[in-house]
Amino acid sequence: MPNFIDRRLNPKDKSLGNRRRFLKRAREELKRTIKEQIKAGKIADVDAEHRVPMPERGVGEPSFQPSPTTGERQYVLPGNHEFSPGDRLPKPSARGGASGKGAGTGESEDDFQFVLSRDEVLDLFFEDLELPDMVKLNLKESVAFKPRRAGFATSGSPTNINVGRTMRNSYGRRIALRRPSRADVAAIAEEIAKLEAESNASGAHQKRIEALREELDKLERRRRRIAYVDPVDIRFNRFEPQPLPNASAVMFCLMDVSASMGEREKDLAKRFFVLLHLFLKRRYKRIDIVFIRHTDEAGEVDENTFFYSKQSGGTVVSTAIEEMLRIIEERYPAREWNIYAAQASDGENSAGDSDLCVSLLHRQVMRLCQYYAYVEIIDERETEIFGTTDNGTSLWRAYRTVDSEWSNFQMTRIARPSDIYPVFRKLFARQPTMQLRTERR
Amino acid sequence: MPKGAASNLLFHDSDWNFETLSRTYDAIETIALDELQLDVYPNQLEIISSEQMLDAYSSVGMPLMYQHWSFGKRFVFEEHLYRKGRRGLAYELVINSNPCITYLMEENTMAMQALVTAHAAFGHNHFFKNNYLFQQWTDASAILSYMEFAKKYIAKCEERYGTSEVEVILDSAHALMDQGVFRYRRPPRLSSEKERERTRERLEYEEQTYSDLWRTLPPSPDGPSSKDAERDASERKKALNLPEENLLYFLEKTSLILEPWQRELLRIVRVIAQYFYPQRQTKVMNEGCATFVHYTIMNRLFDQGRISEGSMLEMLHSHSNVVFQPSFDDPRFPGINPYALGFAMMQDIQRICTDPTAEDRDWFPEIAGSGKWRETLIDAWANHRDESFILQYLSPALIRKFRLFLLTDEAGDNYLEVASIHNERGYETIRSALARTYDVAANQSDIQVVDVDLLGDRHLRLQHNVKNGILLDEASRDATLRHVRHLWGYDVSLAGVDAETDDVLYECSTAPTFE
Repeated sequence: MPNFIDRRLNPKDKSLGNRRRFLKRAREELKRTIKEQIKAGKIADVDAEHRVPMPERGVGEPSFQPSPTTGERQYVLPGNHEFSPGDRLPKPSARGGASGKGAGTGESEDDFQFVLSRDEVLDLFFEDLELPDMVKLNLKESVAFKPRRAGFATSGSPTNINVGRTMRNSYGRRIALRRPSRADVAAIAEEIAKLEAESNASGAHQKRIEALREELDKLERRRRRIAYVDPVDIRFNRFEPQPLPNASAVMFCLMDVSASMGEREKDLAKRFFVLLHLFLKRRYKRIDIVFIRHTDEAGEVDENTFFYSKQSGGTVVSTAIEEMLRIIEERYPAREWNIYAAQASDGENSAGDSDLCVSLLHRQVMRLCQYYAYVEIIDERETEIFGTTDNGTSLWRAYRTVDSEWSNFQMTRIARPSDIYPVFRKLFARQPTMQLRTERR
Repeated sequence: MPKGAASNLLFHDSDWNFETLSRTYDAIETIALDELQLDVYPNQLEIISSEQMLDAYSSVGMPLMYQHWSFGKRFVFEEHLYRKGRRGLAYELVINSNPCITYLMEENTMAMQALVTAHAAFGHNHFFKNNYLFQQWTDASAILSYMEFAKKYIAKCEERYGTSEVEVILDSAHALMDQGVFRYRRPPRLSSEKERERTRERLEYEEQTYSDLWRTLPPSPDGPSSKDAERDASERKKALNLPEENLLYFLEKTSLILEPWQRELLRIVRVIAQYFYPQRQTKVMNEGCATFVHYTIMNRLFDQGRISEGSMLEMLHSHSNVVFQPSFDDPRFPGINPYALGFAMMQDIQRICTDPTAEDRDWFPEIAGSGKWRETLIDAWANHRDESFILQYLSPALIRKFRLFLLTDEAGDNYLEVASIHNERGYETIRSALARTYDVAANQSDIQVVDVDLLGDRHLRLQHNVKNGILLDEASRDATLRHVRHLWGYDVSLAGVDAETDDVLYECSTAPTFE
């Protein structure tokens, strides 16, 4: 007789602790991979599910393993149909394949992937941007509202009076309180007039007229006391703010790619643009990104070129702004598109050009844009010097004048990744920017 | 169904209950013990759910296991494959212990439960109990209590020194698991609970009473008088028992930086590695034995009219799935299936014993036609590991049946050459080549501790004896070497030496290079 034991009711998930340990360990690795993916990937990809191949390094378990590309080996394989001794077979290109051992025994780690949700990706991505949770929620919430009819209210502004509903109330009240109708009054008045016309002086006749007059007077007093429309009848239309159906927006990324913009500067700029993109994407269903880079001449490029191509030359910032204006005119009419622009630069500009930029902004750009953010990327060592003052590059000083005049213009400086978020918050703190444009028209 | 016919059947449909399980077990046991003459540990059959099976998988099949992230990783992998339908769960899991524990999955049908009982509770069980490797190298009666101790001990260490402290030691120890077994000499038996307790108490006592003052004693007046460095070195090696192939054992005993509890962790990992070592050497035989046993028992039960045709068909379906061997050019080809090879060989032995051909008489004069297939198999199960089993029993008939052929692969060439095929001239070559691929000791990189200067810079020298020019994968080699360094505490270097010519092929070290 064997010993049967029913273990089904034993606690399962015995390995839960192990899995937790593993995930904790994998997390570090994921973070690194995500950062690299985002660094190399497209801005729009950040805000998506990510598949991250099982990271190798941090959770790898190394051991001494024979290298498959060295030495002499022998394999015994089943299923020969056509070969004779001495036949030669081309080697399968990668390892494995014909190797009887290597092919089957290794764990297939390659096709194991973590699927990270959008939020998980963002969490990992923003971790060193010091993004507090509270603010992240704020980012996610949609800010534009449109009023929508939502029943009736007893109070409101006169323009919102709902006449139909008010009259219905008034009618009901009049019936309930038996307010004499005009027809009733008219009938009595007519009867009086008829009796008076008869010139009958009999006492009964006079008495009748007297009574009718009294009645008429009573009716009229009653009519006066019971108002035709009473304040309690009045109903106002009630409106509820409803999130605006997403409109479209276009985001212009302007970047100086002159020699002074190195790897670090571009990475910072990219992170800023990514953040901006995420931010806008929460609001708009459709969002276009236009990349404009400039040296002494500007051009629209794809994202890859924008961040990775090496081009250099002098710097004329106004070319980028002109290019932007041209594209707006061509493809993004300001009536249909919400236009955002972010400019990243190290602030160097050729002499005299900064004034041109300012005048372009004053005269055209600021009227078209919902928001224009200027981010100056500076050296970490410069933060102490420039962090708080107005001194700085020619572009910075020139833009100060725009800043003072247009509330939808913001400018700031960043030097390291952890600066980006606070700065971003500052730039976009003044909400809602939506109304700015309409107010000015 | 007529009553008389029904009464003989062990079960009718696919549902099972404990009564049916027990009745079936008894019927299987009778055949296994009386007809096949198997000799088994007492059985303990445990019913588990599929989640529990996944759990059991990921803790290397042990019912008790300490906590470590790598088991979590394995779980995630297994679960992933399982959920994607890439890999089914095993129907059974069996543990080499006394009593022998077999897991039966709740989801199995009754026919499957019968199959698993025959396969695991008798096939594997017999093999565990009688094979010389398991007898000599593992201790079935002690393993469960040892694992219980290990689990508790490691949990206690985590509590005391912190999870991450324990983790880094286990990580490094796991990296050296393959180098943590005694291949040629018998490991000391697992000491009993009481003795272990005593050893630990003694260690703790030593820890408490250790006085640092002793280190300040002046050196003996003779000093290091001998200038013969050669003799020094050889004495040193002798004192440390070098060369030593068991890296974990060496580190556990000799490392200067490890605390007693860290040594105990290394020991635990080493004991587990050792416990599983025979399993790796007898995969073909072990699975072959279990498959042969279940196949024979099931057919016998069917002949006795104790299982219905439907159940038999279901079992045969699972059976043929298990012993399916795709050809090398089949996309499903995962290497040679140990179930298929082992089962085919054992059936072949049965055939040779009972119905030999002239060729079999030439090749196997002792057993051909003897009719004693049970005895022959029981003897083979007891006294062989995969390598020697194949070398002795793989017949030309089977080589033809599998259409085996031999490929040679030289790193420099861009082609593989067919060296031998299943013909008269090739049988011997193929047989010995196939046997060699199952020689675990020969296929694993041979890495040994060769020297260390305990009084000097404490540099640990390892040597990799390179066979057939097969080097180590560099990335994992360097990573593993860092683990060795972590446990040793001082720099470690590894030299690859050609086993035949003694040429040094490569050298690498964890010491920073100044170039």
